[in-house]
Amino acid sequence: MIEKTVAELSPGEEGTIVSLGGGPGAQARLRALGLAEGRHVRNVSRIAWGGPIILLVNRAQVAVGRGMARKIVVRVKIHRAEKNG
Amino acid sequence: MAENHSMNGTAPRGERPGAADLLLVGQPNVGKSVLFSRLTGVRTIASNYPGTTVGYASGSMRFGAESYTVVDAPGTYSLEPLDEAARVAIDLIDGATRIVNVVDATHLERHLPLTLELIAQGKPMVVALNMSDEARHLGIEIRVDALEERLGVPVVATVARTGEGVVRLIGTALSLEIPEPSARDERDHPVHHPHVPHHHAGEQAKGHEHIAEDRVWSRVGEIVDEVQVLHHHHHTFAQRLEDASVHPVIGGLFAILVLAAAFSVVRLIGEFLVSGGVGIAGEPWFHLPFGMEPLFDAAWRPVVSRISEALGGGGFLHHVLIGNLIDGRIDFTQSFGILTTGLFIPLGVVLPYIFSFYLVLSLLEDTGYLPRLAVFLDNGMHRLGLHGYAIVPTLLGLGCNVPGIMATRILENRRQRFITATLISIAVPCAALQAMIVGLVGARGLWAVALVYGILFAAWIVIGVILRIATRGFLPELLIEIPPYRVPSFSALASKMWMRVGGFLREALPIVLGAILVVNVLYQANIFHYIADAAAGFVNALWGLPKEAIVPLLMGILRKEMGAGMFAPLALTTKQLVSGCVILSMFFPCVATFVVLLRELGWRDTFKATLIMLAAVVAVGGAVNLIWP
Repeated sequence: MIEKTVAELSPGEEGTIVSLGGGPGAQARLRALGLAEGRHVRNVSRIAWGGPIILLVNRAQVAVGRGMARKIVVRVKIHRAEKNG
Repeated sequence: MAENHSMNGTAPRGERPGAADLLLVGQPNVGKSVLFSRLTGVRTIASNYPGTTVGYASGSMRFGAESYTVVDAPGTYSLEPLDEAARVAIDLIDGATRIVNVVDATHLERHLPLTLELIAQGKPMVVALNMSDEARHLGIEIRVDALEERLGVPVVATVARTGEGVVRLIGTALSLEIPEPSARDERDHPVHHPHVPHHHAGEQAKGHEHIAEDRVWSRVGEIVDEVQVLHHHHHTFAQRLEDASVHPVIGGLFAILVLAAAFSVVRLIGEFLVSGGVGIAGEPWFHLPFGMEPLFDAAWRPVVSRISEALGGGGFLHHVLIGNLIDGRIDFTQSFGILTTGLFIPLGVVLPYIFSFYLVLSLLEDTGYLPRLAVFLDNGMHRLGLHGYAIVPTLLGLGCNVPGIMATRILENRRQRFITATLISIAVPCAALQAMIVGLVGARGLWAVALVYGILFAAWIVIGVILRIATRGFLPELLIEIPPYRVPSFSALASKMWMRVGGFLREALPIVLGAILVVNVLYQANIFHYIADAAAGFVNALWGLPKEAIVPLLMGILRKEMGAGMFAPLALTTKQLVSGCVILSMFFPCVATFVVLLRELGWRDTFKATLIMLAAVVAVGGAVNLIWP
């Protein structure tokens, strides 16, 4: 298991949210859209040149600006191949 | 236009609303407005993106022999007063007798936190499990009885778009027991519901206690696990399309394609409705005996010609009603009488483009494409001190600046709203003005039209960058849910088109006719000559425009398309026409836009926006005059 931010997830990669950064207002906005601790998210797309990250959470797409995405930490399962290497 | 007024309901924004017998509360984009229209018959604009209802709407509903006040609260994610929408909703809940909490059955886990917060308020409440048809389609089964038991309030499955379950919902809501007025203040007393035995009144019995954030989520998880069964289902075509439209490469190309197609289709439909032909200016590929121009010629010309003869071809009344004869003939674009140009500009030239613009915009809105466009524009719009979602009010502004500026309320903070609204009022021409630009400037060549749009677009960017640097404040990042693609419903689309196009006719037509009356009378009295003479030197030296162009620029403050229409008889050079149209677009916004700017920004920021506008129009008009030999 390793931790990274959702901004670092490559498209298709999944993880479970462990913590949210930012102020209380930003956290409340994230949680309202389902981006809360314990939630399972998948990176759908990463728009080029520092554009938003598209996440799939609860079967719904949410677009998150890159800076905000850097404050959402997820726990990712490491693939067997990576463990061995 | 019409939509803003209905969006605001009967009470002006900021004033404390009257008590609602039935208050619709829910998160954005769950179909509250559709349900509201169904209950009250009050038409509201509903679109497939979050934040369509920025104010609240109020209407009355008949059920049995009684009449009830129904209020549609703006969509809010929670009852924490984090934004304007939540504050309005909290106020409305305070005054409401019964609450209908509208939730999206396809995403129950995201909507239940608000439901729990609402239950804790202790008001009589029913949950509308909306979009239950879509949930079935996605293989999501929700056990309504189990959910009722867990929540302690009645739950009714509904499909607001078709009306399924709506009668049962209202019946249930109206049979809710209303506590005695004295009990209403003591919120810690649980409200008993007739449908649910007291010992089952699960969450509701917990009353007003504070619910900690993490406990809410675990409780929501438990409830969802218990009441929801997911059946296996294959990826639908729509879901594949949803993934592809946010793909960094495919989605980007798709966005360019959608924008190019949207603008071409607006122009093609508009041109077809005006002339019955479609093609490069002046050389149509085909021609049908159809359109407003042929109609005016065949049906209206004989009537006004007879009136002209009856009036003796001249004199005061002839001048006001028919205008000037061009080569002994009535010319619908140049004569400038109330019955000739006064009717032809709004009905013959502008109406077709209003129709085609709103048709395409409504399709983009209802399919759910706009938030996807926002994702791709996000990066670029950061340069203007905005994020991608500011494209939504800006696109609305291309139809009419008034709803565009009102829609800036979907943006998070004051700085974003100021920048977006200022840019709309200066550099975004409304559809009525665009129709005139395409008609007038298009006669000089397509390149000239492209030049007008190019200059305005450049001004939009440059002023935006300057505003980003000059204004202080925080730029919140893009954070939006992207709605699923939906096939637009024909009746919803038709009703929306009717409101928007009808709004144009109701509001623009009287102003244009009245203004032409005033202009013609003042021309007869020679009053304009004094004004024109006074400003002639300045306008000529700075912008290279003749003094005859001054009155059209001033009349543009009433209705922009009328100002542009007054350029038609002036024999301007192409350079003068192009810079005239640019200056007309940027110079003082029309009265309706100015009023709404004042209401949304307050007088201080409107004053700032006005100074920016004056500086911009002097600079851009001057630059065009200097650069173009």
